Amino acid sequence: MFSYIIKRLVVAIPTLLVLMVLSFLLMHAAPGGPFTYEKKLPPEVLANLNAKYGLDQPLWRQMVSYVWGIIAHFDFGPSFVYKDRDVNEIIAQGFPVTLHYGSIAFVVAVVSGVLLGVIAAIRQNTWIDYIAVGISIGAQVLPNFVMAPILVLVFALWLGWLPAGGWEGGELSHVILPVIALATSYMASIARITRSSMLEVLTSNHVRTARAKGLPEHKVILRHALKPSLIPVISYLGPAFVAMITGSVVVDMYFSTGGIGKAFVDSALNRDYAVMMGITLLVGFLTIIFNLLVDILYAWIDPKIRY
Amino acid sequence: MVLSAIDMGALAERLAMDEVKGRSPWTDARIRFMRNKAAVAGMFLLIIVSAFAFFGEMFAVSTYDYIDFSRSGDVLHLGRPSLASGNYFGLDDQGRDLFARTAQGTRISIIVGLVGASISVIVGTLYGAVSGYVGGRTDQIMMRIVDILLAIPFMFVIILLLVMFGRSLSMLFLGIGLLSWLSMARIVRGQTLTLKNREFIQAAQAAGVRGFTIILRHIVPNLLGIVAVYATLLVPEMILTESFISFLGLGVQAPLTSLGDLISQGAKNMRYGTIWQLLFPLAFFMVTMFAFFFVGDGLRDALDPKDR
Repeated sequence: MFSYIIKRLVVAIPTLLVLMVLSFLLMHAAPGGPFTYEKKLPPEVLANLNAKYGLDQPLWRQMVSYVWGIIAHFDFGPSFVYKDRDVNEIIAQGFPVTLHYGSIAFVVAVVSGVLLGVIAAIRQNTWIDYIAVGISIGAQVLPNFVMAPILVLVFALWLGWLPAGGWEGGELSHVILPVIALATSYMASIARITRSSMLEVLTSNHVRTARAKGLPEHKVILRHALKPSLIPVISYLGPAFVAMITGSVVVDMYFSTGGIGKAFVDSALNRDYAVMMGITLLVGFLTIIFNLLVDILYAWIDPKIRY
Repeated sequence: MVLSAIDMGALAERLAMDEVKGRSPWTDARIRFMRNKAAVAGMFLLIIVSAFAFFGEMFAVSTYDYIDFSRSGDVLHLGRPSLASGNYFGLDDQGRDLFARTAQGTRISIIVGLVGASISVIVGTLYGAVSGYVGGRTDQIMMRIVDILLAIPFMFVIILLLVMFGRSLSMLFLGIGLLSWLSMARIVRGQTLTLKNREFIQAAQAAGVRGFTIILRHIVPNLLGIVAVYATLLVPEMILTESFISFLGLGVQAPLTSLGDLISQGAKNMRYGTIWQLLFPLAFFMVTMFAFFFVGDGLRDALDPKDR
């Protein structure tokens, strides 16, 4: 197990490095420097600015110092637009909010998706199954940017039960709509995956044996069928988690929750490349780390995987 | 007596015809597909939506970018959907005909989906087939590259590209193309690995056919089924990606529009009561997605040997 984790880490580290180098080169390939204003700066001022931010050095030195800054101090450098703020501050402000509703949405999507899938599978071809399948098919075409306006329309404008936006330090009523908007389509996918793998497991030999020795049905499901049928679900957790972070862009825009997505869209509109890169890299790190965790979980739950 | 002789002759002829008309795997697949009601319904919906997207503007009262200034001030009351004024879907918040705009937006979304899927088919199939067929270290390196690219948060990178190099349709295509072929390459490689040790490949190798020719002539045709399935399922995914970006206002440039952009505009304005501006694009988005999902699922059931 330990050597497997080490092996996975050895793969993850070059991925991170490639990501950093790529994003640095991309930032440099962009037309216009950070100090290209409509009004031209005097050359001395420009030279001083370039010296302060280290832009007068050769490209490879800049790259090494950018990458090293991230590795050694987790420092993404200064913002190009807000002169008194650096990227770390901007991320530190928005990230806890995103993590707050993102992780709730993740848990909601996984738990309700698995529940829906299991119920549909053990009641296959009954009306319960049809309703569950109907829900999951319907929810599949309801991505976050479709759910968000519908939810606001119904629950905020028509019924007036919940606020249409704002964060208020994560008060429950402000969290509900963002969570539903993020979770719906992923709940649907997880339910579909769970249902089909559960159906496969329920016809397998070890479940038949468990039934034959007289175990009550709920024990067969919980103790013998659930674990193997979750294996395909686990491989879906990585993308689902990333989607929660990506969906933050829509949620922050639509519900004004002020998470990391807002920072990203703001920096996109301001052409603040440093902030955009920082957030892209952060999400990349999280993706890689989460995939690593999922792989480890996978190896632990599925004895067929050799490591 | 004479009559029955003719009958018998006809019967014999029919039997012979049946024998000659062998059923290819593709015929089998088509029959299975046609039996799947959801898939056929999806296909039907898809034809209707495409007809609307490509020819709908001909039946609109004005073009998608014509602003009706006489009514743009009070869209809530003067711009309601009505058959009498010819604005079947009403006006948008700036006084443009929503029917024409929805048709145009649906067209862009469908084109983006198809282009993304085509890139993934061409690049992904070749990359995956080469990787799987060559094998060894080349395969390892090629697949490691895919792994690395898959770990990049692509939604953010596409937005980054659009911001850095200017918003344009071609940049959007490039960004979506960069992302779309990765999973296809993986799937194709897996299939190629199972194909490459079969007798007909060995026969081709023994006859001295060059590697690349083997890939094009013997491996790729045998991958077509699975490629078709995943390409169909990729189209809605690409439409989703584009709509997501357009929803953020970073996609196609105004006055051009796409479904995501229309939904975003509708969502912004629904507080003022112009609810049709959200509902029509939303309905078209959902119907298009549904149709593609159903057709994709139907194709998978028809072509995937695993589920037979």
